Amino acid sequence: MNVQGRPTRPETAAPSHRRATFTGNRGLDIEEALIFETGRLDATGVDLDPPEPYASRLGPHARAGAIELPGLTEPEAIRHYVRLSRNNYSIDAGIYPLGSCTMKHNSRLNEKMARLPGFADVHPLQPVSTAQGALAVIEALSRALLTMTGMEAVAMSPKAGAHGELCGMMAIKAAVEARGEGATRRVVLVPDSAHGTNPATAALIGYSVRPVPAGADGTVSAEAVRAALASDVAAIMLTNPNTCGLFEREIVGIAEAVRAAGAYFYCDGANFNAVVGKTRPGDLGVDAMHINLHKTFSTPHGGGGPGAGPVALSSRLAPYAPVPYVKREGAALRLVEHIEGGESFGRMCAFHGQTGMFVRALAFILSHGADGLRQASEDAVLSANYILASLSDLMSAPFGERPCMHEALFDDRWLKDTGLTTLDFAKAMIDEGYHPMTVYFPLIVHGAMLIEPTESESKASLDLFIMTLRDLALAATAGERERFQAAPTLAPRQRLDETRAARRPVLRWTKLEPV
Amino acid sequence: MRYLPLDASDREAMLARIGVPDISALFADIPADKRIEGLLDMPLAKSEMAVEREMAAIAGRSLAAGSVPFFLGAGAYRRHIPATVDHLIQRSEFLTSYTPYQPEIAQGTLQVLFEFQTQVAALTGMEVANASMYDGSTACGEAMLMAHRLTRRGRAVISGGLHPQYADVCATLARMAGDAIVRLPPDLTASEDIAAAIDGATSCVIVQSPDFFGNPRDLAPIAAAAHAHGALVIAVFTDPVALGALRSPGEMDADIAVGEGQGIGNALSFGGPYLGLFATRARNVRQMPGRLAGETVDAAGRRSFVLTLSTREQHIRRDKATSNICTNSGLCALAFSIHLTLLGAAGLRRLANVNHANAVRLAERLAAIPGVEVVNSHFFNEFTLRTPRPAAALIEALAERGVIGGLPVSRLLPGAGLDDCIVVASTETNSEDDRAAFARALADCLG
Repeated sequence: MNVQGRPTRPETAAPSHRRATFTGNRGLDIEEALIFETGRLDATGVDLDPPEPYASRLGPHARAGAIELPGLTEPEAIRHYVRLSRNNYSIDAGIYPLGSCTMKHNSRLNEKMARLPGFADVHPLQPVSTAQGALAVIEALSRALLTMTGMEAVAMSPKAGAHGELCGMMAIKAAVEARGEGATRRVVLVPDSAHGTNPATAALIGYSVRPVPAGADGTVSAEAVRAALASDVAAIMLTNPNTCGLFEREIVGIAEAVRAAGAYFYCDGANFNAVVGKTRPGDLGVDAMHINLHKTFSTPHGGGGPGAGPVALSSRLAPYAPVPYVKREGAALRLVEHIEGGESFGRMCAFHGQTGMFVRALAFILSHGADGLRQASEDAVLSANYILASLSDLMSAPFGERPCMHEALFDDRWLKDTGLTTLDFAKAMIDEGYHPMTVYFPLIVHGAMLIEPTESESKASLDLFIMTLRDLALAATAGERERFQAAPTLAPRQRLDETRAARRPVLRWTKLEPV
Repeated sequence: MRYLPLDASDREAMLARIGVPDISALFADIPADKRIEGLLDMPLAKSEMAVEREMAAIAGRSLAAGSVPFFLGAGAYRRHIPATVDHLIQRSEFLTSYTPYQPEIAQGTLQVLFEFQTQVAALTGMEVANASMYDGSTACGEAMLMAHRLTRRGRAVISGGLHPQYADVCATLARMAGDAIVRLPPDLTASEDIAAAIDGATSCVIVQSPDFFGNPRDLAPIAAAAHAHGALVIAVFTDPVALGALRSPGEMDADIAVGEGQGIGNALSFGGPYLGLFATRARNVRQMPGRLAGETVDAAGRRSFVLTLSTREQHIRRDKATSNICTNSGLCALAFSIHLTLLGAAGLRRLANVNHANAVRLAERLAAIPGVEVVNSHFFNEFTLRTPRPAAALIEALAERGVIGGLPVSRLLPGAGLDDCIVVASTETNSEDDRAAFARALADCLG
């Protein structure tokens, strides 16, 4: 068990149900060695002529020994990575219903656009007069994000959602300090349903975190916020739609209370994809909100990034936005790289943000248009509610009496007498060919299962998914424990011993057996 | 809309199953006066062809680096990337998967990360590396915060040779976290006395090698001075290929090595997405930020990989986490790892040699132009020129002649008194013709 009380290894380590082979391979499922076991220090897949004789200017700084970096020739390298790739589940292969992660279809048009030399082969520091197209992408995406959010300004440089949170909270801290209240406002309110990044971000810049409990209906009430507000509060960080997949009904009242108390309203925009074209955060009273381009605007998740996390800011925070930013001056676009007399809080990263991801997000937005964006939000919400309605007779939904937004939340009450856990259920989904939903998050719901289908699934795909989950749920309640506790048995791997990985960390390959 | 599989009859059937009359019932929780009636003020959906046309027109307004003699580095480097790299990273299973939360069906990503961590550790001469950060500058900032946790001190000394934007990132983070920094003045010739700035309150010294001006630095004496005061050394690099030719941070006794990994496997892309490399000593691992892949076994006893030591991380530790980082740069790390696997030790060494040789030849050519001086006594693939005319105007004039000649230092360090300095880089992509064109254009501009 880890600190979340989540079981990390199977109760019963069942042997593989499949016949052993001499190679360990199973048909298309190939065991692949590490490059350190197959590569050679003198092998290379890159032909490069050695330079003509020259007089080295490295001086005493030259490296003496060889680096332990095995190489592979091109055919070996292709085979290595292709084989590895086949052990991964992907959106392209099936529904990827990770709640809060928004695994929607990734258009290949967007990849193609990002590879145009006028985007991919432009250096961040080449003369601005030669990079007007890149600046135009930043400007066009900013404008689109402002239209969708109804906010005053947008900081484009943050590199991912959590970096965007940091940006927004730094703007808030700068604003609080500018009012001379930096020493007194030291607390940030964070609901207990929040993403872990929220309290981590607040703590990173020296704030202490005061939790706000969510109500029995899964949302935060204005009353609970008012009770937590005091003259020491700098901001609230609230996710909307929240991590239970619910729209915060009292958000306007919360925003008013926060503002009246002299604090700022940071909205975690991880779930913005549910409401694009339906409501504007600026109209709801939000002061800062990051937008995960890899969620809402479908830039590929890439096995864990890169993301991009532009932050929309209200007029109260816009003056504190970080450098750099793009400014239109007549026909030309200018890049402001240094603080120009204003109150900018500084710089978040080198260069200008995730331009390559901006290109993809802009292509997504242009493709959808105002009509498609709205339809995407509606389809995402419709699909989540369809799942909720189709499963809630078998699986317990803690807030199932009302519609959800883009994700359907279940808990583990329905598993109570089965001896099975949420994890067992999730692992059994793998054997059925599905990536599991997000499990054990949000933390306020016991044994949470958070399902986000996105707008990318056809009805046939949703129906098959629902049928599978219903079959599994019936099997679970019928007492078929083995099917679940041994699962997965048909995946490239059975359950992993996570405890061993953490107790005896092996974080790199070495020639010797680790001690 | 080509991306949306549901049609009107699907939607109707789904609404019926849900038991609501129309879609607006599902959005009823949005306060009535805050709903958008109708559409956002934006153009309507476009076909793939129309989007392609529009985007290509925008792209056409930038100069592609590969279309001209190009000598700009300063933290991002134009490299020849084997076609294999881009092909492999576009495989569905890498491109459209996410953080490997379900390791049984994510061994591809996890093994790649384990191999990546091993490669980064070997390259930097350190013992452990994480699964990547956003970029070099944020990795540098995170390293500073990590040093603060390890030493329980809050004052970083920042070398004047650190990339100015990296230093700005550290300064912003430190100010916001309530910590102090001592930022030494820009140091063109690597002659600053860092040791003199270290005292018993110093948490860490942040030194770049090769530094922003191209000078390789010997970190060993700095490390000795820092360690004598209980402070740590953070070694920074902005081009990973440099480590193929120069002594590694680990060899010079650094405690944390961070850098920009873009220069292997990743395109320029106007500054991002890139990847931060982050490596340290094994004893520091529990204070390291970011994701880590580790080796274990599955229930059948087979070697397997899994994200581990997550009790450092925000999703478990919340406000006690070592960092707020969640998503990192997975796909960029994959590109880095594939390119480095294709290179291997021999290929990396050769690539580094070609970079260095090209830079040496370029320096010789440019130094021969009257009034132009190469400042560095030693360098790898980047050096600083002093010119008889203001550098910013000179770079513009070179651009008009179709040559991107480097970075005028004043762009990143305005008012530092270095208005006549240009940081020039050369990689394997530069030909003899490129160098000749640069020298000719520079002589012409100065003539």
